[in-house]
Amino acid sequence: MKLQQMRIKREMAKKPESVSWIYYKLFLGMTFREYLKSNMTISNGIAAVILIVAIPVMVYRLAYGLGPSTNLTDTNPWGIWIGVDVLCGIALAAGGLVIGAMYYLFGMTQYHHFIRPAILTSLLGYLFAVFALLFDLGRYYRLPYPMVVSYGFASVMFLIAWHFALYIIVLLIEWSPALFEWLNMKKAREWFNRLAVWATAIGVIVAAGHQAALGALFLVTPGKLHPLWYSELLPVYFLLSAVIAGLSMVVVESTLTHRIFSKQVENIDNAVFDRLTINLGKGASAALFTYFFLKLFGLAHDETWVFLNTFYGYLFFVEILVFVLLPAFLFAYGARYGNVQITRWTALLTVAGIILNRVNTSVIVFNWKATERYYPLWTEVVISIGIITIEILVFRFIVNRMAILYNHPDY
Amino acid sequence: MKRTLAIAGSTVIRSSSEVFADQKQADPADRYGVLVDTTFCNGCRKCEWACNEWNKNPNKTVNVFEDKSVFNSIRRTNATAFTVVNRFSNLQNKMPVYVKKQCMHCEDPACLSSCFVDAFKKTVKGAVTYNPDVCVGCRYCMVACPFDMPAYEYYEPVNPRVMKCTFCFDRISKAGQVPACVEICPTETLRFGKRSELIDFAHERIRNNPRRYIKHIYGEHEIGGTSWLYLSPIPFEKIGFRTDLGNKPVPNLSKGFLFMVKVFEIAAAWPLVFAAFHAIKKLKNKHLNNEIATDENKAGNGKKT
Repeated sequence: MKLQQMRIKREMAKKPESVSWIYYKLFLGMTFREYLKSNMTISNGIAAVILIVAIPVMVYRLAYGLGPSTNLTDTNPWGIWIGVDVLCGIALAAGGLVIGAMYYLFGMTQYHHFIRPAILTSLLGYLFAVFALLFDLGRYYRLPYPMVVSYGFASVMFLIAWHFALYIIVLLIEWSPALFEWLNMKKAREWFNRLAVWATAIGVIVAAGHQAALGALFLVTPGKLHPLWYSELLPVYFLLSAVIAGLSMVVVESTLTHRIFSKQVENIDNAVFDRLTINLGKGASAALFTYFFLKLFGLAHDETWVFLNTFYGYLFFVEILVFVLLPAFLFAYGARYGNVQITRWTALLTVAGIILNRVNTSVIVFNWKATERYYPLWTEVVISIGIITIEILVFRFIVNRMAILYNHPDY
Repeated sequence: MKRTLAIAGSTVIRSSSEVFADQKQADPADRYGVLVDTTFCNGCRKCEWACNEWNKNPNKTVNVFEDKSVFNSIRRTNATAFTVVNRFSNLQNKMPVYVKKQCMHCEDPACLSSCFVDAFKKTVKGAVTYNPDVCVGCRYCMVACPFDMPAYEYYEPVNPRVMKCTFCFDRISKAGQVPACVEICPTETLRFGKRSELIDFAHERIRNNPRRYIKHIYGEHEIGGTSWLYLSPIPFEKIGFRTDLGNKPVPNLSKGFLFMVKVFEIAAAWPLVFAAFHAIKKLKNKHLNNEIATDENKAGNGKKT
């Protein structure tokens, strides 16, 4: 009895402190007013305008269904929500897989500075890909059905659903040390830090499996996907290009965060940072060359040369020459002459190439023979932009509060 | 003891072999099919009407289906029309060819293997049925279907379903009943029966009327065979069929991947486990060193490095 009373008293005494704790943690040590004022920036204004448009459109989609809010038809059941939000989103979220494996499993500890932002980017990439998927699914409220209600073992989609779920857990574990540092939970941080190594080991299997599976989704559609893109090697292409996307994204994302959150990275040695960036480009170059020759090999294997001198052939050339072979050489050039600027711009070019490839595969060259072609409705574009905006805001919210870009002083 | 085990063993073996035998018996021979002889079809669209009536699709009167102007364009099935008849011109004798379109009810269906909640089922009667109670609405079945048959209730906001021909599963399950479209067809176009018998019958027809038909039964071998079979006076690509699908069942295209990805995952597990062990050992060493370091720091005024 007495003990309990004492505990209550102690809690009461703590209260004002806990209020200030909230202020400290959430409002960055400012009062609510100050915090609001500090957020009156142009970029936030743009984000607000986007969300003011996008959120009602999201509600509209959920309330009125896919018909009025999309250009999807019976012939073109998948649009940009799958092509851009899911396929591109997941490919570009491969940074966590690549850097995670390099750091935790292959002992490349010099990349420790890249690991946390990469994992956070991946985590948010996956969460928001699933969030986007909710708008695309006809019955979004049944999202967990493949895990708990009915199992379609023969489906590639089933593998993807499970691997997504598992990999999001993996990413949460990998990210959690930053969370526990923020919450001052040292024991939990230590424990999860160690668990993160195991999570990464599982994560490599799971992530590689479903990156390949996203390509395998289209294995069953040889009659619909253009022969220049359709190949038995689709899973390999998707996995390899995801690794390329991961490496490039880490370069792009670290470049951007260093510029935007420059105050947080004051202690970073820029020479080392540039050298590591160039090394990432070197890896991407090797992967791009491999990808290029695999694509040629696939072309020869399927004997689809006849299609090269058509509109789709030119599109294929753009993809394979401008966005694969050119960056492969540029990354190599950047590495040879130690030009980090080239590496950074090339990474951006490569990311654009991956986006082009995924949009091509799922939207532009899909159903190429059909008379009825698909173009996104403005509402589809608005929802996609809205989702990306929320993702960026959440990323910034976390980076401003947790030790993502720098080492927490207590650890 | 030995004897009981032996008996138990033999019962297990026998029962499992019986199960397999059952499955085999329930397989191809008993499955129903429909043979569509396009040379008889006059485009009356009665089948569309009967289908609409039986499946309680939005009420339309008969005269809606008497409108012949729909033949000016090629239509596809949609959420309120499980079957449509299209007109194709025959350049040889100027007689148009009418082709009824609906779910082909594949022997090894792409929709079934693509569905991640197993909503589709190939029944012993031959019908490919859909269960809306588990459907999540990913529409991968529509992407996977080589015939573009499944349609979606896009204008249903909360409970949209995938819509397609059911082969009148509720009717053909009862003895003596045939699908609604077959029942109403006033010509000899639609013939319902055992698939294997229909194939024999179709071959005989082609043999007896070599000038009336091209020598091919569409659906006999296409993507592993379909329950609905077609005869045509002109090549099938000219009456809206895809002739580039091959004879390999669609599910086989992803089977290899699903198998290999698991093989790779299992094979990759070991090196990764070792790498993880190694990494944790390193982490522990580092942690130990850190602790020593911080202890030293504590001794020296608790400065942080």
